[in-house]
Amino acid sequence: MVDPHLPVPGDPIDNPGLPHHEPRPTDVDPAAEKRAERQVAAMFGLSAICALLFCVAYFAFDIGEETDTFMGLGASNLFLGLSLGFALLLIGMGAIQWARKLMRDHEIVEMRHPVASSEPDRTEALAALTQGTADSGIARRPLIRNSLLGAVAMLGLPAVVALRDLGPLPGDALERTVWRKGMRIVNDVAGTPIKPDQVEIGQLINAEPAVFFATDEEGEPVIEGHELQAEKAKAAVILVRMQPEDINPFPARENWGVDGILCYSKICTHVGCPISLYEQQTHHVLCPCHQSTFDLANNARVLFGPAARPLPQLPISVDDEGYLIAQSGFEEPVGPSFWERGE
Amino acid sequence: MYAVLAPATAQDELAADEALVSQGRELFLVGCASCHGKNAEGIITQDNTQYGPSLVGVGAAAVDFQVGTGRMPLAQPGVQAERKPPVYNEEETRALAAFVASLGPGPAIPEAEKYSMEGVDNEALVRGGQFFLTNCTACHNFAGAGGALPGGKYAPPLTGVDPKYMYEAMLTGPQQMPVFSDAVITPEDKRDIIAYIASLEEGPSYGGFALGSWGPVSEGMFAWLVGIGSLVGFAVWIGAHSTRSKKGGRA
Amino acid sequence: MTPSFPKPRKSARTAAKPAKKSKVGGAAEWADERLGLATMAKKNIRKVFPDHWSFMLGEIALWSFVVLLLTGVFLTFWFKPSMAEVTYMGSYDQLRGLHMSEAYASTLDISFDVRGGLLMRQMHHWSAMLFIAAMFVHLMRVFFTGAFRKPRELNWVIGGTLLILGMVEGFSGYSLPDDLLSGTGLRFADGLVKATPVVGTYMSFFLFGGEFPGDDIVPRLFTVHVLLLPGLLLALIGAHMLLLVYHKHTQWPGPGRTEKNVVGFPMLPVYAAKAGGFFFIVFGVTALMGALLTINPIWQYGPYDPSKVTAGSQPDWYMGVAEGLVRIMPGWETELWGYTLSWNLFIPGQLMPGVIFGLVLMYPFIEAWITGDKRDHHLLQRPRNAPNRTAFLVAVMTFYAFGWIAGGNDVLAVIFNMSLNQLIIFLRIAIFVGPVIAFIITRRWCISLQRQDEETLLHGYETGIIMRSPDGSYSERHLPISADTAYTLTARDRDEVYELPAGTDGNGVAAPRGPIHKVRSKLSRFWFGSNVQKPTREELEAAQHHADHELALHAAEAHPADGHQYDGRNDIAGDELRKH
Repeated sequence: MVDPHLPVPGDPIDNPGLPHHEPRPTDVDPAAEKRAERQVAAMFGLSAICALLFCVAYFAFDIGEETDTFMGLGASNLFLGLSLGFALLLIGMGAIQWARKLMRDHEIVEMRHPVASSEPDRTEALAALTQGTADSGIARRPLIRNSLLGAVAMLGLPAVVALRDLGPLPGDALERTVWRKGMRIVNDVAGTPIKPDQVEIGQLINAEPAVFFATDEEGEPVIEGHELQAEKAKAAVILVRMQPEDINPFPARENWGVDGILCYSKICTHVGCPISLYEQQTHHVLCPCHQSTFDLANNARVLFGPAARPLPQLPISVDDEGYLIAQSGFEEPVGPSFWERGE
Repeated sequence: MYAVLAPATAQDELAADEALVSQGRELFLVGCASCHGKNAEGIITQDNTQYGPSLVGVGAAAVDFQVGTGRMPLAQPGVQAERKPPVYNEEETRALAAFVASLGPGPAIPEAEKYSMEGVDNEALVRGGQFFLTNCTACHNFAGAGGALPGGKYAPPLTGVDPKYMYEAMLTGPQQMPVFSDAVITPEDKRDIIAYIASLEEGPSYGGFALGSWGPVSEGMFAWLVGIGSLVGFAVWIGAHSTRSKKGGRA
Repeated sequence: MTPSFPKPRKSARTAAKPAKKSKVGGAAEWADERLGLATMAKKNIRKVFPDHWSFMLGEIALWSFVVLLLTGVFLTFWFKPSMAEVTYMGSYDQLRGLHMSEAYASTLDISFDVRGGLLMRQMHHWSAMLFIAAMFVHLMRVFFTGAFRKPRELNWVIGGTLLILGMVEGFSGYSLPDDLLSGTGLRFADGLVKATPVVGTYMSFFLFGGEFPGDDIVPRLFTVHVLLLPGLLLALIGAHMLLLVYHKHTQWPGPGRTEKNVVGFPMLPVYAAKAGGFFFIVFGVTALMGALLTINPIWQYGPYDPSKVTAGSQPDWYMGVAEGLVRIMPGWETELWGYTLSWNLFIPGQLMPGVIFGLVLMYPFIEAWITGDKRDHHLLQRPRNAPNRTAFLVAVMTFYAFGWIAGGNDVLAVIFNMSLNQLIIFLRIAIFVGPVIAFIITRRWCISLQRQDEETLLHGYETGIIMRSPDGSYSERHLPISADTAYTLTARDRDEVYELPAGTDGNGVAAPRGPIHKVRSKLSRFWFGSNVQKPTREELEAAQHHADHELALHAAEAHPADGHQYDGRNDIAGDELRKH
């Protein structure tokens, strides 16, 4: 095997060696040298001024209630950033100019050492290792070795088990929502219930179950905080109205709508983003996250995109005061697929 | 098209003005009837596609929106009507609206108080923002910069749009945009939404230039082009050979 | 004149201490007596670093990391990593009175009620983007120049790991404010986790402390983001730098440079100035970006709400490829015996990234296996001289680019007026076809450039002077290149195709000729087969001889034709051409 550090024989041209150093103008011309020096010092000086300007800007420009602006931009952020930016940049540029123009720029050569250790070092290391292992006697005592390995391996168990309370077991949480028979459907944000004649053909309503806006006797919300967020992530729905003759429901779903008003889960079956990009003329709804497209006139079947399942539909009807209500909860789990979700 | 019985006053006012209605009819026959039919009944082709839909019952608001933003008359067929400089002036637009309003009851042009910012306190502004984020941003984006719809259609940007047109768009649901009826998104809600959008436009850009308000896509582009571009440029400067002098001997 | 007595010398009286020469000397002595720094310092103060702009790309990443640490510490003084619900009462009008998490409220406070807070937030986010982008650019430089070859394979693996960790660090960081956009991203992540076979739901519940979104994820991500990952990153960066110092930097071949030396400038003063200066430049550029360019305007997104979303929901750019792959994937899912296998998420979200990262991390070993090259390499290779390696990365970059475009497909569709669906269908095909085409084109291009190099070496460079021969044919005058350039062009190894070993060894064991070795031989032949090897000394001398002959022949035409060749203005004595 050829020593990799020798030049390969048969190289057509010999190494001509380092080229001679050629001087820069600043090396030979004192005026150029002085000019470069002044340039570098000026940059450093300007940087110092910018650092001071930062301090001035910090106190001069207001944020908060009465934000100062400059040409439509927030003044404090702009001037703090510009002054800090130039304060830093100019130090850098000054240092670089100094290196390029004034510091001695003769190339120097350093020899590499072989990356691998020398043979004597290797031998010595190996000998030390062998001696140490022999002293421990581990090779002669497989019982100790195996039991040690077993003990250390078993430590993996406490490490894993100690994390068990990171979260509760899923149980059937993913299969349940707050929707119940008779629960009113209300407009999101406002919390107002909806009557069918308030909904026009082509309308889209982003809706929630009424319980999200319900308060108890003390006026406190029934569901709030992160519990509300978790339930919203499954119970948010959209209501759309179209001409009844445009709808092709599955046989079992003929009475799931009210006069052409249909209610679907707002939570995409791909990874759970809320969908409400509804096209009133095509009845298609598009998810902004990954562009899954569903046809709401045809039981929300998937037309395009990475979703695999149609949006679950909520059967709706009208209560005795005329407001839209759910007939029952969803008949399938809402939202993204998961391993245990079988049909 | 189904129509909500809009407040009768503004609608009937327009429709009742006979002179305006007939002026509108004249304009309609010249500029709109070729797609929408002589009586705005719509034209269906042999293949059952539409040239222009029926305008009976769309209301004055729809006409004011479509014509006022220049979307109608359509310059060329396509998946969507684009906003462009309006062809008809204000009076002509009013006349067209009156004509269409006379064909059947529909949403009326909103009065100025409906979209005026007066009386919008901070609470209403916040509420408007919440309505906006729930109902509008999925199509129009968090800053109203617009967004993509299937098949080459799009939700247009809301910047530089007159509050009246925003109101009318929510009310009438132009093209693929859904309808947001006054019964569900009340006139106060609509006003609050419009106030919020205006506050975004009028407020300062706190962090610097907004880069189109497209979110991480444009931010990534700037990170690469401006950030890495300038830093690699500096690196090239740092590593470049300095000028060599012609005078002076070997040092 | 009075005689002067020599003054007694202090050093003669004191025991072992030499006289203090200067302040610096004194301090250094104090330190050395306790730390023994001189031994290490003597080697490293004048350590040589080769000078080339492409060697500074890793520095962009390094200095960005420092900026991240500094700005990040600033932010931690005000950020509250808690999802407890509060009512916002700060100065941003459009959100006042709303319920939101403390994390989001504290981010609003940093942006609107802490002077310089918004600047620090924006600097932190911009430098995170620069950090990862710089690592990519550095990776490309190392790859294209073959700097990952022995003995630097482990440094490559460390670097690749840094890249992956950096991306996770960025994702965990921008998810901390609990705003609508990053919350949507967490929703996506949760859906992806849930799609994992068998353990998906459990992992999701353990990650979020229950149902999504829960109130544990932000504090947990905070610990990951400010403690666990920075610790890992610092350790790996340290290892990366240590190896760099030990192996010494690679360098371009050229006059005076060999496999056994490093030519360049010393650490003190030149590199200290250049690298230190570059730190300030990176910091300064980041500050200017923070001043002028808005990033992550969380106040416009609003607090996270699972029923709200914005059009144009994308993760930060470095997650864009995974996002794009998920977007263009068709909706494949199978149900078996009551269990659901979500191929539409598993393949693009978990399988593909793992395969690509694995390939990139293992690349040095794969290439070494194909080429059979076990030598140390400290001289870099021009990309053209390793066509398959160059073409491979260009193919990966093409795949990456299409993934990127797919990730931003809705924004691109609306800006460039395209149909979203057509774009997605195009990308579904292009992401497979594109890299193949890119590989083929790049490989052939590199081989052509090799041919051009050989041409230049043997026949000189094209001067642009066109000659016309007496019988009317045109040719271009070539002049020989300088010795330095010629040497640089030939300072590369000869490639050796891996041949199947034949025969038996000393103990009569037959050399292995199994199927894997046949594959290796075929690959090696493909790898090197089309490369243009450098000429031998004899070939070069023969070519130079020929070139000298040509030059001598045209010596009379040392100056270009002036149009007055034969009308008496030029001396035609000895001219061979016009002899009737």
